[in-house]
Amino acid sequence: MTSTAAPAHLPTTAADPFAHEALEDPLPLHRELREAGPVVHLERYDVFALARYAEVRAALVDWQDFSSGAGVGLSNFRYEKPWRPPSLLLEADPPRHDAPRRVLSKVLGPRALHRLRERWAADAEALVDEVLDRGEFDAVPHLTEAFPLRVFPDAVGIPQEGRENLLPYGNHAFNAFGPDNDLTRAGAPRVAELSAWVAAQCARDVLAPEGFGADIWAQADRGEITPEQAPLVVRSLLTAGVDTTVHGLSAVLYALATHPAEWERLRAQPALARVAFDEAVRWESPVQTFFRTATRDVAVGGTVIPDGRKILMFLAAANRDPRRWADPDRFDLTRDPSGHVGFGFGIHQCVGQHVARLEAGSLLTALTRRVARIELAGPTTRHHNNTLRAWGSIPVRLVPA
Amino acid sequence: MSDAGTLLAPPGTAPAVPGRGASTTVATLEVVGKATVAEDVVALTLADPDGRRLPDWTPGAHIDLVLPSGDTRQYSLCGDRFDPRTYRVAVLRERDGRGGSAYVHDTLRAGDRVGVGGPRNNFPLVPSERYLFVAGGIGITPLLPMVAQAEVLGADWRLLYGGRRRASMAFLDELARHGERVHVMPQDETGLLDLPSFLGEPDPATKVYCCGPGPLLDAMGVACTAWPPTALRTERFVAEQAAPVRSAPFEVELARTGATVTVEPGTSVLEAVGAAGVEVLSSCRQGTCGTCETTVLAGVPDHRDSILDDAERAAGDCMFICVSRAADDRLVLDL
Repeated sequence: MTSTAAPAHLPTTAADPFAHEALEDPLPLHRELREAGPVVHLERYDVFALARYAEVRAALVDWQDFSSGAGVGLSNFRYEKPWRPPSLLLEADPPRHDAPRRVLSKVLGPRALHRLRERWAADAEALVDEVLDRGEFDAVPHLTEAFPLRVFPDAVGIPQEGRENLLPYGNHAFNAFGPDNDLTRAGAPRVAELSAWVAAQCARDVLAPEGFGADIWAQADRGEITPEQAPLVVRSLLTAGVDTTVHGLSAVLYALATHPAEWERLRAQPALARVAFDEAVRWESPVQTFFRTATRDVAVGGTVIPDGRKILMFLAAANRDPRRWADPDRFDLTRDPSGHVGFGFGIHQCVGQHVARLEAGSLLTALTRRVARIELAGPTTRHHNNTLRAWGSIPVRLVPA
Repeated sequence: MSDAGTLLAPPGTAPAVPGRGASTTVATLEVVGKATVAEDVVALTLADPDGRRLPDWTPGAHIDLVLPSGDTRQYSLCGDRFDPRTYRVAVLRERDGRGGSAYVHDTLRAGDRVGVGGPRNNFPLVPSERYLFVAGGIGITPLLPMVAQAEVLGADWRLLYGGRRRASMAFLDELARHGERVHVMPQDETGLLDLPSFLGEPDPATKVYCCGPGPLLDAMGVACTAWPPTALRTERFVAEQAAPVRSAPFEVELARTGATVTVEPGTSVLEAVGAAGVEVLSSCRQGTCGTCETTVLAGVPDHRDSILDDAERAAGDCMFICVSRAADDRLVLDL
């Protein structure tokens, strides 16, 4: 890593956003960064942090100045070899980003999701019936992990065997965007095995004849992407499509369990399910951070970020920036959360966001029909990840309607 | 907020784009440049009046240009996609057109404002090792950014560019730097295009892109019969076919809520239903992200988004209410 002294007027901090203390409760650090200035130098990693809504959103949309192609983690692909072949979507810039993005947007587009609506609603009702029988249970394995794992791998079309690898693979991929700390190192021993399993699921003859995976290969047949690109596009679904949704669902479930008035509001108005999920994504920001790399000397907030340097965008801090949001720490279903950056913004905005919303909408609708109250039934624990804000355990008690 | 010069207006707080003239669409842009680039061809440079970023686009994309008369025309973007603040389109004067192109040529001036919908891409550049581009006349416009892209990608490419005569062919100056990759073929100098010799033998690693008048596309179809079926990609430019944008208000009935909302020109459906207390989740407010998808129960939407393809548009069962509007007097939405 190149080291350059930060300009004298640039606020600087020794804080480590990837330390366990910050991962357990990142809110104080986010507040400190927002208040320090529009750009803050993080000494420990020698990177530039953006934590205010305006600057984060401007950087997200400005793909010309803020590149993804050098990696969206701390590692700078200009100088370092990626741990896996880079994503054709997340870790690519135009023009190479165009075709894979276009294809995946189409595959996950309105027509495809309309076909899944009824099936996922039925799956959600069945799962809620199962957990109601349990009475008290840990919502993370039994609800927020169980639902995406029940519906999403089927929608992609991967075989049953080995699906238990999806969460550990995704967890490591999101840890690997951070530094080489204990979390990243803990995943290292299984990287080769998990990567090989994921790669194997992306092959055409392994995927079911119908599903997102087959649809991606069909686009390769039409020449929209190359046959070499198709498996990597499938891999993007498997990497980014499970953990993120799990933690998004955990976020909304925890929020509703701890805000009974908002739960009552949702029960009275089930059409608020979409708002509830996006408000939870704003409030909790399951994807906390992503990096960019300056493609030239870029002026931001009175500072010049030099060409080739890494920028750490705090999506979570932007989503609670009082400059943009009234009473930002409040989970509030009367708020319009439109414009939050929890899914990113611009050309790299989460291509699976509508899949996530459909999963969440299905589950929340089933819950509002069957459940009168959601109560915490014991102490919750966080799961630490360098990029994700996650719950390890949310013990709950569901009171039937 | 600090550093206003670098900031985008946060959504939810951004004022509606004020209606100018009779009609409104996604955005009102200002003509910041108008230049004659060939006989009967003018290039317009468009920018946001406040200097904001314009929606991103990819080579092959077009925009809907809504003239102050309410007439809508589709034009390929032919500028530099790496420049986020301007669009460029080139407009051929249509001798027997309905007057849209004549308006652009004779009346529209720098400083005027126009409505812009899209961008939308039905003619994307797909990945390939090698490209053969064939342009007829003003059909050069979508191919110009493709050529630039092929160059950035380090692909092997050739362009065959035909026209009536040299003076009628736009952008020859910009293409000159590519040297022998570009074959300029004015008909009065070199006769009809020799497609078979330009195309050569069918090659699975080559994609063929063609834009131009109907007879050229028909000839390309014949010339490419031995090529793999996905090799040839064409865009037929149909002059002046888009329906005019409604300049009158329309009504939106909210089936679940039971309310009826009037949407004035200059207001989006999203804003109008929001003002009536029905908040619909949105994100980009440019018709690109898909967040505000709304089910259409009755009525005909006027789609202005960048998401739906032609078949999905024709189905008319959903719309993106941040930009799309009504083609008729009334829409019924599942809200």
